[in-house]
Amino acid sequence: MVPLWMYLFVAAALFCIGAYGVFARRNAVAILMGIELMLNAVNINLVAFWRYQTPFVMSGQVFAAFVFVVAAAEAAVGLAIIISIYRNRRSVIVEDVDLLKW
Amino acid sequence: MQECIDIFNTFAGCLTASGADPGLAQFLSILLGVVLVAMGPLVIVIFLIWVERKYAARVQDRLGPNRVGPFGLLQTFADALKLITKEDITPAGADKLIYNLAPIISVVSVILIWAVVPISPLHIGADLSIGALYFVAVGSIGTLAIMMAGWSSNNKYALLGAFRVVAQLVSYEVPLVFSLLVPVMFAGTMSMQGIVEAQLGMWFIVFSPLAALIFFISTQAETGRAPFDLIEAESELVAGYNIEYSGMKFGLFFAGEFLHVFTNALIFAILFTGGWLGPFVYQVPALGIIYLFAKGSIFYLLSLHLRNTLPRIRIDQLMSFNWKFLVPVSIANLILVAFLWKVIQLIGLLPGPENASDFLAHLPAAIIMLVGNLALTVVVLQMLRNVGRRAVAANAVSTPANAELDDQPYSLPVPH
Amino acid sequence: MEFNIHSIVFLIFSVITLGGGLGTVTSRNLIHGAVYLIVSLFGVAGLFILLSAPFLAAIQVLVYIGAIAILIIFAVMLTRSMTRMTEIYNRQWSLSLVVSALLFVLLLVGIILPVWGPGTANAALQPSELVATTVDLGVAFVDGNQFVLPFEVASLLLTAAMIGAIVIARDRD
Repeated sequence: MVPLWMYLFVAAALFCIGAYGVFARRNAVAILMGIELMLNAVNINLVAFWRYQTPFVMSGQVFAAFVFVVAAAEAAVGLAIIISIYRNRRSVIVEDVDLLKW
Repeated sequence: MQECIDIFNTFAGCLTASGADPGLAQFLSILLGVVLVAMGPLVIVIFLIWVERKYAARVQDRLGPNRVGPFGLLQTFADALKLITKEDITPAGADKLIYNLAPIISVVSVILIWAVVPISPLHIGADLSIGALYFVAVGSIGTLAIMMAGWSSNNKYALLGAFRVVAQLVSYEVPLVFSLLVPVMFAGTMSMQGIVEAQLGMWFIVFSPLAALIFFISTQAETGRAPFDLIEAESELVAGYNIEYSGMKFGLFFAGEFLHVFTNALIFAILFTGGWLGPFVYQVPALGIIYLFAKGSIFYLLSLHLRNTLPRIRIDQLMSFNWKFLVPVSIANLILVAFLWKVIQLIGLLPGPENASDFLAHLPAAIIMLVGNLALTVVVLQMLRNVGRRAVAANAVSTPANAELDDQPYSLPVPH
Repeated sequence: MEFNIHSIVFLIFSVITLGGGLGTVTSRNLIHGAVYLIVSLFGVAGLFILLSAPFLAAIQVLVYIGAIAILIIFAVMLTRSMTRMTEIYNRQWSLSLVVSALLFVLLLVGIILPVWGPGTANAALQPSELVATTVDLGVAFVDGNQFVLPFEVASLLLTAAMIGAIVIARDRD
């Protein structure tokens, strides 16, 4: 089997790629996609630790399943907000949504 | 370590016995299995297209293909040759990569289902512990292919068609999954092989005919067959999401759809009518293939018959039929079946593993389940009739006498 | 690391995952980005299979690819004029690159390699032959001593999210 740290390596890399997407992209939908990548990276970690450390305690898999639930809820509400913003301001660029900025 | 008994069932063992590395032998045997499972459907689809055309022709009082080969059996080969030699057009402004990827994904999403189709007591691509879930998951990839095709064609008809299709497919996935849960609950496993073996004494269609009916309707909608063929409603959308496709790429969508219908018929046979189960199947496993395909063909022909005899319904009727009728009924059915099943278990009517193959031992449980299902059906039909009457009454009051009921927006197809 | 089929498959899925991720954050066209995202999520599903969590892999395909990715593509199309932008990154993209790279190096050098990396006591950690099955996962969800309360809360969250999404996205007429 592949050693555990390789899974952690892949997860960390995916997390940072997602984080870069969140930090650097202008389009709100692209930012949402970055968040999905980060959530997936977390899931890889959860399942990998479950498999290598505690294969008979279900917490790891259960927690990963809850991440799915949260991701689905987040995507639904997030995209609804984006569409609503687009309708009101004709833009999905996050820099244009600056009412709370000085 | 496997041994070499006969080449069909212990291929890896035979390779090892003849001096191959065990890991390599395992890999080769899996590879061979994958190729066989993926090629089988592609061979079958050639004859499915012939069956479909012949059947449609007979319904419409025509002869159908009858020139190429005996009974026109080779017509599909001629058609395929024609499609391959046709000019392959990629529209200007199309997204080339996605445009070319979409038909492949469309076919692959159907072929992937065959990995969990058990064709005999011994033969299945992969007896996953999550087989039923895998079927749903892989099916959802087909939606993606349609979305990609519709968007990348750079054509407004294609995009409109794709939007409608995705709305339809995503909606009908809900009752599909709810009715799929019923046999999974009966069998206590999501493994396809396990579901088949659990029907040794009694087919699940007897336990819950309502779930079977909902599953059948949903699969009919999932494959976009009449009366749900809004996917390529020629008279409204020109041809729907695949309007820009030509040559063999169109052929792939076409083949994928035909294969999907047959695959769903097989899955129906597996989930509700015992798959490969039949007399002497454990003595001669090869018989299982015949039983499965015979059962599947019956449902396939039923689907063909519906396609050729029913008119298309409208998009709003399609959606309200799903959300106002199928989804509530499937949820109610699931709850009812779960409750009755638990009651039957508690009062000990369910036969144990020692007489799992005894038909009579299952009879009391089956009668209770059947009565429950029928009661639910009657209640649902009564509610529908009330709704229909109210709609008719409201329509008569609010609109002029010559207006038809169908002009009412978002009305159910009303049983008179 | 020994060289066998398992590690080759791991390598393939990792490359798919990371390549898809890179494509997602760098592609100019958002629809392409969504397709790359799907590729990446497929890779993650493959990793779940390798980690003997087939249920999560199927859910990954069903929820992420069948629902979330489709939703994202829908959102991209509904905000269509934004599909092709001349400038896809904001002004702080170079800083973001540095921060993300630093974060990765920090994770790698600070935690993963010293605690789990080769040469440490944890490196020899091997997954057990036996592993909990999907049945155990299902039992854990509905067992009164385990996760039944979070499970119910999750369903409540989904309901709330569904209602919220409809309310927010609804067109006022």
